[in-house]
Amino acid sequence: MPPQPVVHVAAIRKTYGATLAVDEISFDVSSVLGLDPRRDAYALQNRIGVQLQEAQLQKRIKVREAVALWASLFKQTVDGNRLLEQLGLSDKRDAWFMTLSGGQKQRLFIALALINDPELVFLDELTTGLDPQARRAIWDLVRGIRARGKTVVMTTHLMEEAERLCDRVAIIDHGRVVDIGTPGELVLRHCPERTVFVTADAPDAGAHFRDLPGIISVADDGPHITIVGSGADLVTQVIGCLAEHRIRVIDFRTEVPTLEDVFLRLTGHSIRD
Amino acid sequence: MLHGLWQLTWLEIKIFVREPLGVIGTVAVPVVFFVALGKMFSGRLNTAVADGPRVVTVDLPILASILISLSAVLSLVTIVSIYRESGILKRLRATPLRPYTILSAHVIVKLLLTAVTLAATVLIGRRYYPIDSDVPLAAFALALLFSTLSILSIGFLIASVVPTARFAQPIGSLILYPMLGLSGLFVPLDTLPPMLQTVARMLPLTYAVSLLRGIWHGEGWQAHASDTAVLALVFLVCTALSTKVFRWE
Repeated sequence: MPPQPVVHVAAIRKTYGATLAVDEISFDVSSVLGLDPRRDAYALQNRIGVQLQEAQLQKRIKVREAVALWASLFKQTVDGNRLLEQLGLSDKRDAWFMTLSGGQKQRLFIALALINDPELVFLDELTTGLDPQARRAIWDLVRGIRARGKTVVMTTHLMEEAERLCDRVAIIDHGRVVDIGTPGELVLRHCPERTVFVTADAPDAGAHFRDLPGIISVADDGPHITIVGSGADLVTQVIGCLAEHRIRVIDFRTEVPTLEDVFLRLTGHSIRD
Repeated sequence: MLHGLWQLTWLEIKIFVREPLGVIGTVAVPVVFFVALGKMFSGRLNTAVADGPRVVTVDLPILASILISLSAVLSLVTIVSIYRESGILKRLRATPLRPYTILSAHVIVKLLLTAVTLAATVLIGRRYYPIDSDVPLAAFALALLFSTLSILSIGFLIASVVPTARFAQPIGSLILYPMLGLSGLFVPLDTLPPMLQTVARMLPLTYAVSLLRGIWHGEGWQAHASDTAVLALVFLVCTALSTKVFRWE
């Protein structure tokens, strides 16, 4: 018998003004880390970490004071100094919160979310507003958490981020879960086509590819050939065909769809709020 | 149970002291104001009024106590709304800190501030505030603590529902200062028109003033049982209501 759900979410809706953010999503939670989130809320808080979007701290709290306060609240903690170092905040230890840049604040909040060495971490748009260096540093940190067997639940608008960090991705559009799966599964399911760009040293090379299995289109622009087809074997077949006809290749490039392509295909291309 | 209360309280004190304007406004200004006022009325405090025109009957120590506690309440209202508006409450709430721990820390900071301001006023202005040796200071301090807690709970109720920090201070002032005018501190209650007397009896501050004045003049707690009861009731009702309507974000 499956365990009795302790949280039953039936057709939850959340709107911001006229925008529907969550549209009748339903799910059951049997337990979180073996605990009942209602009854054991405070025991659970010891074992999870949360980073909220648009949170703030007291203007004049120092970075090390915030870390020390958070550390004092939990049963088990990691070394706050080391965490600040990993997040590149060591030289800001004595700075007031109000003097930090947006990225530094974001990194401090991530430090606070990780101070209790949580088994389950919720990260809400964690790299929004960060520069590429800081983003990479935080990605490494998340990979580190993952590698230690912890679970990370994160939301993001950056498909690159989801693709690099997530084992499972749920795509939400107009408040509904459109699809869920590993990044690879999602790409294969929704954007199976591959594109191969070949620049050949033969005038009519394009004709050879038309009969390959899974070919969708071949566009021929002089020496530049664009081959679109579906299936994981497309690239192998194109290479085989080039070899068979002894075509001299000047340039060869492939394009594999990313999670971003999947997202755009599933949610449409028009600009949304 | 109140895990983290002392850490948070100590931190909030440090944070408060780091803002010079806040310290000047909350501690320095009242001290200077009441010392100056004491100097002006020096020696004529509680005697001249009895056979005066009976319009302004001010017991300066009580006025000072009430005003200082009111300003602490207003600053609490403002701080809570700023913390809510900027998302600090939201962030603190997602930790093992209990909600009432966060709020208690602020109440303790405000009570300490009130005590410091009053102590400074008394020490610096002791030449002008001739405190008779028969004034029961300990009992008065207790009565003041009791009154302040009661008024703080009104402040909390205001803070629970005021939408934005910008409105917190003016709305708080609008509610609290008129109560002061009818509290019997400036104009004796029995000289008010009957309708205003009824209004005055419905305002908690009236009971605070009555209690503080009574204790200051050496009356016993039994004589002010009803004042104490009303203040306790206000505290309980406002605290219960604020836990129901309090908004974290």
